Amino acid sequence: MMQVTRLDELYGREGISPGHTACQGCGAMIAIRQVLMAAEPPYIVVSPTGCLEVVTSQYPFTAWRVPWVHVAFENAAAVASGIEAALKVLEKKGRGRRHKIIVIGGDGGTFDIGLQALSGAFERRHSLLYVCYDNEAYMNTGIQRSAATPVGARTTTTPRGKTEPKKDIVSILVAHGSPYCATASPHLWKDLTNKVRKALSFEAPTFLHVIAPCPRGWNYEPRLTIKLAKLAVETRVFPIYEVENGRYRINYMTARPRPIEEYVAAQARLAHLLRPENRHLLEEFKKSVEERWSHLLELAKAFPAP
Amino acid sequence: MQPSILIPLVSEPGNTASRDMTSWRTLRPVIEREKCTNCLICWIFCPEPAIFRNSLGQVEIDYMHCKGCGICAEECPRKAIRMVLEHE
Amino acid sequence: MSSLKQLRLMTGNDAVAYAVKQADVDFISAYPITPQTIIVERLSEFVESGELNAAFVPVESEHSALSACIGASLCGARVFTSTSSQGLALMHEVLYIAAGMRCPIVMAVVNRALSAPLNIHGDHSDMMGSRDSGWIQLFCENPQEAYHYTIQAFRLAESPNVLLPVAVNLDGFTVSHSSEPVEILPSETVQDYLPRRERPVLDYDNPMSFGIFALPTHYYEFKVEQVQALEEASRTIGEVSKSYPEPSGALKKVTVDGEPDGLVVVGMGGTMGTVRHVLRSLGWRGYALVSLRVFCPFPRDELVEILPRAEAVVVMDRAVSPGMPSPPIASNIKSLLYDEGVRVPLVSAVYGLGGREPTVGMVRSLLEKLAGEVKTGGVRTRSLYLGYGGRA
Repeated sequence: MMQVTRLDELYGREGISPGHTACQGCGAMIAIRQVLMAAEPPYIVVSPTGCLEVVTSQYPFTAWRVPWVHVAFENAAAVASGIEAALKVLEKKGRGRRHKIIVIGGDGGTFDIGLQALSGAFERRHSLLYVCYDNEAYMNTGIQRSAATPVGARTTTTPRGKTEPKKDIVSILVAHGSPYCATASPHLWKDLTNKVRKALSFEAPTFLHVIAPCPRGWNYEPRLTIKLAKLAVETRVFPIYEVENGRYRINYMTARPRPIEEYVAAQARLAHLLRPENRHLLEEFKKSVEERWSHLLELAKAFPAP
Repeated sequence: MQPSILIPLVSEPGNTASRDMTSWRTLRPVIEREKCTNCLICWIFCPEPAIFRNSLGQVEIDYMHCKGCGICAEECPRKAIRMVLEHE
Repeated sequence: MSSLKQLRLMTGNDAVAYAVKQADVDFISAYPITPQTIIVERLSEFVESGELNAAFVPVESEHSALSACIGASLCGARVFTSTSSQGLALMHEVLYIAAGMRCPIVMAVVNRALSAPLNIHGDHSDMMGSRDSGWIQLFCENPQEAYHYTIQAFRLAESPNVLLPVAVNLDGFTVSHSSEPVEILPSETVQDYLPRRERPVLDYDNPMSFGIFALPTHYYEFKVEQVQALEEASRTIGEVSKSYPEPSGALKKVTVDGEPDGLVVVGMGGTMGTVRHVLRSLGWRGYALVSLRVFCPFPRDELVEILPRAEAVVVMDRAVSPGMPSPPIASNIKSLLYDEGVRVPLVSAVYGLGGREPTVGMVRSLLEKLAGEVKTGGVRTRSLYLGYGGRA
């Protein structure tokens, strides 16, 4: 598919109607809108249980303008595998036609409860794009910690701050041999939409990890969602890179990153790290970001994408 | 095809568009026409979407569906959008 | 009538796999578990050899197996899977979802005991643990029935007024692994019997949302409609049966052997074959056997007609319902009789847990003992565990 160069090329390609019940300023919805407008029809969307599913599909309404299915929490990738294999054979038998398959799930249904099905789908190399909108906690059930929650972040099940670091989901899927895994942010719409198109061009399982700031769960004013996404990237908390056939390319180099304190100060789920008694947690947070960034640089140096 | 038995599905795509979200707002965005260049940045960053391009190519707010989050006003490169109280 | 009859030596598992092949399914997704494994292996052989044009997806768990089946079913595919015991338990939540989403999936359940302790042998506890999932549940006595009922299961599931998943149950090892000559139908005959039918599917040209969520304002009606559809399926079984090209194999809700006015044995599954053999050797004098082939929807009308005439009823259950007044089948029958205002002496006999198959001798002793009680003033035994304390 053609590369996206101008914003107005994407106009008129909405996969979602307004009138859904996502919170004001929902970062996930911004990202998901961009994913769907980039995708080339025909496609089918599969979602696990979570914010997206709940806000878009309250009977008798649906926000989905495209075919969509939800089955349960941990099985989106399995359902998608079934659709992919069935459409292949049905097309051969003259009773259906192949569609692109896009799984769109939250960090809960991807990193944790959905990890087994995700692993299975990738191991069997079904052709599908899995997009994880990462708001870094189980938001729909009221902000409980997930494996995607960053160290130090306050959630209802980590009231003093999470002690474990964020799970590196992209590395897990690269290890499965997926030819294309990438990260993206909704504020970098051109990068995101082009990555969607690139991912969908592979006849293989591909993965897109998208940061999705959540005004409610991260605790900031809804109008700042895009600013927060930008800060996450510019402080190197959420690096933007792609891994194509095991070779790394950092898409957004931050030679002079913004100070992490700015990112932390902007959201109440992390702001407590700025208190003197939490200095050690702040240092851990900064250390985890620096280590990940350095490691990424090393990978990009050792396995550079052409 | 319309299912004749009660299967839990919705066959009318995107029918949430019939729902009015006005009551969600405390603030509403107002576009200052002279400053707006119709660049569509507000549109790409709207979570709903509650922004559209009219027949003249001008960007407009869809007040039936806007929840008043303020991202459009925050991100407009020309600062052409003001957030005003809903009941003004 | 000139239908060619072919006989093949097959186990229950072979028979199921063969029926699935002839039904020209489009999609199979399963995870191996003893004693189901042969079904999955046979089907993957058929797919590899090209005898069956279907997608075979070897998923990483039973939960994913049924989930993949739902995805495939919603694309309009004819779908099959199979499992036992722990696998069925693992896919438990998805069972309810498949039924609630009205997917016409057919699943062979090779009945095996549930852990703990771990046991790979036959009993009905697995299916009984999911009996409220909304699936239609059929039980086969032998490989021949496994063949015929698997075919009819597709037609039943796909009937436009049913659209519910169907579980075809066969006792682990005793039915799944026993060989007998199985009469098979010509493939074209099977395919004529199983026409493709239209239903709502995932397609970009007609976008629909499946698996929506329903608030208290709507859930209740969906559920009751689903329950009614399951009861309605009772009627459709008649149509499915009548149009089956081999009358000897047509699905019957129950079969009655002997005059049901003395000691009537009620049960389902492979062990009914043993009971029938014993009663035949006793000359059917004062005995009858009512063998259920359809457990869900429970054949209330048929049983209500037969049972009130009995002097005593022995209900054989191959599962326990811990803490409940009776095991599953006995419980249902007592409930039916109560509704009819009928009080027949009823003995609840649990048997065969964990694969301890009752022998001909054990069955005969039990039935003769109970017949003796009938003669001497009425049945006094209320419940028993047949075979408990002995060893297989």
